Amino acid sequence: MSGPTETTAPVVGTSVTDTRGSASAEPPRVPAAGTAASTRDVKVSPHGTAANPGARVVQVQKSLMVHNDGVAAANRASFRGSLVLNVVSSPGSGKTALLERTVRDLNGDLSVAIVVGDLETDNDAERLHAAGAPSVQIVTGTVCHLEAEMVARAVDQLDLDGLDVLVIENVGNLVCPAAWDLGEDLRVTMLSVTEGEDKPLKYPRIFKDADAVVINKIDIAEVVGFDRGRALDAVRKVAPGAHVFELSARTGEGVGAWLDYLRERRRLKASAIAAAATDAS
Amino acid sequence: MHEFSLVMSMLDLAEKAARADGARRISAVHLEIGALAGVVPEALEFAFEGARVGTMAEHARLEVTYLPAIAYCATCQSEFELDNRFGIAVCPSCDTPSADLRQGRELQLAHLEVEE
Repeated sequence: MSGPTETTAPVVGTSVTDTRGSASAEPPRVPAAGTAASTRDVKVSPHGTAANPGARVVQVQKSLMVHNDGVAAANRASFRGSLVLNVVSSPGSGKTALLERTVRDLNGDLSVAIVVGDLETDNDAERLHAAGAPSVQIVTGTVCHLEAEMVARAVDQLDLDGLDVLVIENVGNLVCPAAWDLGEDLRVTMLSVTEGEDKPLKYPRIFKDADAVVINKIDIAEVVGFDRGRALDAVRKVAPGAHVFELSARTGEGVGAWLDYLRERRRLKASAIAAAATDAS
Repeated sequence: MHEFSLVMSMLDLAEKAARADGARRISAVHLEIGALAGVVPEALEFAFEGARVGTMAEHARLEVTYLPAIAYCATCQSEFELDNRFGIAVCPSCDTPSADLRQGRELQLAHLEVEE
């Protein structure tokens, strides 16, 4: 990259009316040349111009996610003491396999219920039900991600009372689910050793937002020539704050640390809820 | 193709804001999209072309400002711009990875141009 990087001020509250005088010469907030964002150039045009003298500017300054985020907040409140996970990965990374293993191994220790999203079929819910967890399938049809409203409708079919862990298994997709808050406590992003070590770099947003990153299928890592160091380095660069679990949902190797993490996070949430209730009373 | 969901949400917000302002037509919609928002510009434009039909924004221009991703380095106590598209936030001064993203996730309807 060449040239100095322009420091860009946070954009909150910037009013477009400020740009009127200078819009034709140098629109503000255009990313500096050579930056990531400038590869797709900005289309800023003068507002209320001679070409369109009848137009006036209406400030909105609202997130496109405002409706979803409102429903997600309501979900979060309705989940109360349950620890809620939003699990995302590519199709075939082993989300359902890990959840089957998690349900079986936590049996009698923590109660688990699952909401699972797929474009078609209820095969995953059947598998999870067989593993011992109440499961609700969301068939999204053509929608490539879960939204908070779909989850709200699905959990209506579950008994959340006294539930320890609610897992939302998102549609297999590393792009689209990223922006939709479902009301979860933890975002879990999975990849498997067959997918390539640079996956976090290819799908940075969904890894960046991860509280935990699970690397699955380590039992076949050697056979497929998986470079563990490169993968961990990619995760660390994109998501330096995430907990990383290397495991095999099939053999159970490494699953203990994952279960301990869930127990610990569940305990922390339960204490936080209890403390809040004490403060309120 | 989650861009279609985003565009539907955007049109809903835009029509509400335009009506509240007494306008009858939206002539331009201005979005601010972060570099790590996961939006494909072509997909966004394609979704907009389809979704705007029959709305107040049927003949509106779509203008998008793409915002660079900015992270905060706790060691240097300063913000820095990510110089790559891969979400790697390593402080250029001290080489420490940062998990504190201050800008880059935006999916914001900034303003509209409307007409009577």
